[in-house]
Amino acid sequence: MFKEKILEKGFFFVAFSSISILALIAFFIFEEGVPLIWKVGPSSFLLGERWFPSQGSFGIFPMIVGSFWVTLGALIVGVPLGVACAVFLCELTPPSVSMVLRPTIQLLAAIPSVIYGFWGLIILVPLIRNALGGPGLSVLAGSLVLGIMILPTIISISEDSLRALPRTFKEGALSLGATHWQTIWRVLLPAARSGIVASVILGMGRAIGETMAMIMILGNAVQMPRSILDSARTLTTNIGIEMGYATGDHRQALFATGVILFFIVMGLNTIALVISGRRRA
Amino acid sequence: MGIKKPLNRVWALAFFILATLLGGCQRPQGGLTVVGSTSVEPFAEALAEEYMVHHSKEKIYVQGGGSSAGIQAVRTEAAQVGMSSRALMPDDRDLIAVPIAYDAIAIVVHPRNPVANLGIDQIKGIFSGQMTNWKKAGGREHPITLVTREEGSGTRESFQHLIMGKTEISLAALVQDSNGAIRQVVADDPNAIGYISLGLVNNQVKALKIDGVEANVENIKKRRYMFVRPFLFVFKTHPQGLAKNFLDYILSPQGQKLLIQEGLVSAATLANSQKGAQPRENV
Repeated sequence: MFKEKILEKGFFFVAFSSISILALIAFFIFEEGVPLIWKVGPSSFLLGERWFPSQGSFGIFPMIVGSFWVTLGALIVGVPLGVACAVFLCELTPPSVSMVLRPTIQLLAAIPSVIYGFWGLIILVPLIRNALGGPGLSVLAGSLVLGIMILPTIISISEDSLRALPRTFKEGALSLGATHWQTIWRVLLPAARSGIVASVILGMGRAIGETMAMIMILGNAVQMPRSILDSARTLTTNIGIEMGYATGDHRQALFATGVILFFIVMGLNTIALVISGRRRA
Repeated sequence: MGIKKPLNRVWALAFFILATLLGGCQRPQGGLTVVGSTSVEPFAEALAEEYMVHHSKEKIYVQGGGSSAGIQAVRTEAAQVGMSSRALMPDDRDLIAVPIAYDAIAIVVHPRNPVANLGIDQIKGIFSGQMTNWKKAGGREHPITLVTREEGSGTRESFQHLIMGKTEISLAALVQDSNGAIRQVVADDPNAIGYISLGLVNNQVKALKIDGVEANVENIKKRRYMFVRPFLFVFKTHPQGLAKNFLDYILSPQGQKLLIQEGLVSAATLANSQKGAQPRENV
């Protein structure tokens, strides 16, 4: 009993320290970043289109737009593939096959992002440049790679939510004379909707946060991409690419970029939690 | 018993993590830490290796991180020596900077690009985004892919200062975060143009003549190719002990020879008259 108490305290301490680390990180990001946002003015920081930190222009709007387009592109690539794959694993394949497929898909999550980036840079970028024109380092290349990177998140959570459905749903639909496909499309997918939406939002969080691979294949130009063949810069790559040499206001501006990113990711995670919470209730 | 075993494992793991963390806190004993510009890093590594061959008991640790990070590290005494690939900012003039060599900035294009020479105004036009097609610069009819370094990079600041002047580099330019990455993009894209350290030009890319002057060591020495910047070693106080020995080795004929072999220009050649890029020398 005594031992149990000690352990309980111990685990409480560990859990508490991980939360306090989060609080500390948040505190430092805000402490470094917020003064600059006030100095520049929130609206000219968020909506400014000129990024010349050495001359005192700090506008991150092109990066917000860049993050948005790349993430949207990743979802367009990743969501249909991911959900289809989850349905396939749950409904259309014998257990022996899915026992091989599932670990393979989880392996996708274990590949370091720099490898994805390298693959994109060596294979995808020249392919896009030669076939479609432009510099190749582009929103399209970034979206394709990110779409693959978010697959494991989308597949595993969607699959979980499909498996969590009561057997009666499927049995009921089949016994009413629906075909297997009608059951999947009309009954199972709508019933698992909240879980699938949560998986998409978590995938979105992953896509917005990805840095290394995006530095390698987006080209990082600070411009509004006008087509999917244009280069773009995301919020994360802005920090990643410039932190090595940044000092003073420039460094604070990168922290301020982190503040904006913090809010976006917090927002997404909250939405995901609310949706998956509603599913349980 | 059923509970006990895994618990032992938990404690072992906790102990292991703690031990690793504490172990990681230990600083290398008695060595010299050199931190800074990624442009200088490969040269400093080569020098450190060579130095340690002759002085096997002494240890020199070379790390990258960027010019500003290196200067910051010297200021906070996290490192004894900082490396910078640009002249010091006015704020940093209290530190001691010693040029160990000079490096030129070369404008590079794909080897198959028919353009071999650009005027300085053409370069300004291209990098500011006003000239967007190779045809206007005497090349093929094709849009130019512009590649630049990130804001804050020593190479970018030197390029801005030496070539662009007050003209801004176009925001539509692709941004890469190292000389090597720029060289890779230019080597892959037949329509790309970028700028890198002359010492890193190889047969994957072609260095352009600027106003008819070829970028090579000979022309730098004759002061005909003017786009030259210093590679600095930065100290907080006058270097002593190992730091002084290492610096003396680098500035010795032996060390300088090594840098010249790597494609740089020796510190002595240009020491007194680099206008604009000249750092204050206290040693």
